[in-house]
Amino acid sequence: MRGLGWKWGGGILAIVIALVVFVVPFVFIVFTAGKTQAEAAALEFSWPTEWVFFENIATVLQTRDFLLVRAFLNSAILTTVAVAVMVVLGAMVGYVLQRRRSRWNPLVNTLVLAGLIIPPAVVPTIWVLQGLGLFKTLVGLIAVHVAFGLSFCILLFRAFVATIPRELDEAAIIDGAGPVKLFFRVVFPLLRSVIVTVIVVQAVFVFNDFTYALYFLPGDENATVQLTTFNYISQSVSSFNLLFADVLLITIPPLIMYIFFQRQIVAGMTSGAVKG
Amino acid sequence: MTTATAPGRTSTSSGGPTPPQPARRGRMKSPYPTWFFIPAGVFYVVLFLVPTVASFYFSLTRWTLFDVEFIGFDNFVRFFQEPQLVTGFVNTFIYAFVTSGSKVVLGLLLGVFLSSQIVARGFLRATIFFPVLVSTIGVGILFEVLMDPFGGPINEALAAIGIEGPAWLTDPSLALLSVALVDVWKGVGLATLIYIAGMVAIPQEYFEAAKVDGASAWKNFRHITLPLLRPATVTVVLLSLIGGLRSFDLIWAMTGGGPGFTSDVLASVIYKQYQAGFFGLSTAGNVVLFVVVAAIIFPLSWWLNRKGDDQ
Repeated sequence: MRGLGWKWGGGILAIVIALVVFVVPFVFIVFTAGKTQAEAAALEFSWPTEWVFFENIATVLQTRDFLLVRAFLNSAILTTVAVAVMVVLGAMVGYVLQRRRSRWNPLVNTLVLAGLIIPPAVVPTIWVLQGLGLFKTLVGLIAVHVAFGLSFCILLFRAFVATIPRELDEAAIIDGAGPVKLFFRVVFPLLRSVIVTVIVVQAVFVFNDFTYALYFLPGDENATVQLTTFNYISQSVSSFNLLFADVLLITIPPLIMYIFFQRQIVAGMTSGAVKG
Repeated sequence: MTTATAPGRTSTSSGGPTPPQPARRGRMKSPYPTWFFIPAGVFYVVLFLVPTVASFYFSLTRWTLFDVEFIGFDNFVRFFQEPQLVTGFVNTFIYAFVTSGSKVVLGLLLGVFLSSQIVARGFLRATIFFPVLVSTIGVGILFEVLMDPFGGPINEALAAIGIEGPAWLTDPSLALLSVALVDVWKGVGLATLIYIAGMVAIPQEYFEAAKVDGASAWKNFRHITLPLLRPATVTVVLLSLIGGLRSFDLIWAMTGGGPGFTSDVLASVIYKQYQAGFFGLSTAGNVVLFVVVAAIIFPLSWWLNRKGDDQ
């Protein structure tokens, strides 16, 4: 039977190819991170003769006075605050944009699309940040991420608000709720599922961002993990085991997100997905 | 399942969905205040709109840390005269079209394949998609090592089956394409998932009817699957083109634009000129990138979405 041959034959062939193309590179990271410096230098895809995995991780974390630990802290603060601000402000815009027909709507819609498509002008952004005294500060980088990420949030929220019946709003208004209370007490909690989607997609994006950190928060002392990892290349060309221990560490947070929120990530990225 | 929304899609429907508005207006204040736009608007205007508008002025200046001097179009003239800047300009198109084209073709094939009845579908989907979520810097470092011409695992593996692997990242004529290959490796999972979402949206009745008419598998694909996957294709094309034209971090992590400047693109030229202190020239690069992106994406999305409506 052709169907059965396809089901098993095609499937097994695909599994083999997927293992070689997509899984082997990640296993290579783990193997290399577990080797001694001398063995890792051979760049071989092999089981380490001597596992020094946890020693390597500890060494990487302690390098340069716990630089990577501070970087993880910075990245955690950056991701949490930027995504939180983005979600609240994006939801407010998406909500009013969907509910009310105002003369601002065409303008706002155009700006949202522009924000998704147009590449940010980096040096003038630095100029603005300098004028505000926020250049090379974590606050400045957070603000930049909020500004660049809002468009994506607004698109998702606008689409989702359309599915919430207006009768709920009207009932709340009759009960005497003002605009602020109506939004934060009634509508916002109902957005929960799309909020989760926006949070995980944007958190992965902000955490993985390298370009904006390179421009707006350069230097080493308050860098993000992507930046310290990048700087690590030049410092440790000879110790691939430590470099890959570092790469492994920065891969873990997205992996955890993926394990717990696979459905939301996929929904977010394939629906309004306009992220590069 | 949610349907795919491409950027041009909403713009052509003249301002998105407009719900019916209750007739009573004026007397009472709207429960949906427009000041809700303001907090988000402040971030957007100050850090996105103002710099974008200002970039048009600064691109016409010689701008250093210390002063700004108006010099007209000199930066743009330089941009199209100096060989390394021209290379970056041309490479941007090569990189964007190669990655985008590959993602469409591979994503379509994988999407159709992973929608058919095979074992371990869930595992395969998850595996292909995971690299999308891994940091670009991590992937860049990984493949820089894997593609090492001297004893790197990829060339070792090729040697084992009797192929002499090329000098992926150190060969000037190959470096850009090697990075593009890694970009496709990392990004094809997203294209695949968009196509799978498109496949789910195709009603099974079409295939059943085709079966009754005795259509072959190829005819099914050519006359049912392909046309009905059009919205997914539009999304994949636009997404990967926007990403490809602006692409910076993977190239920067893997080659730094080298060897020489053979794998430079506009975004890496912008960074290099900024680093060198030529802020005016860097901003001119940004304006060129802006024009390139706008000149490709807006007409393309308009055309793709319009053709879709005709059918």
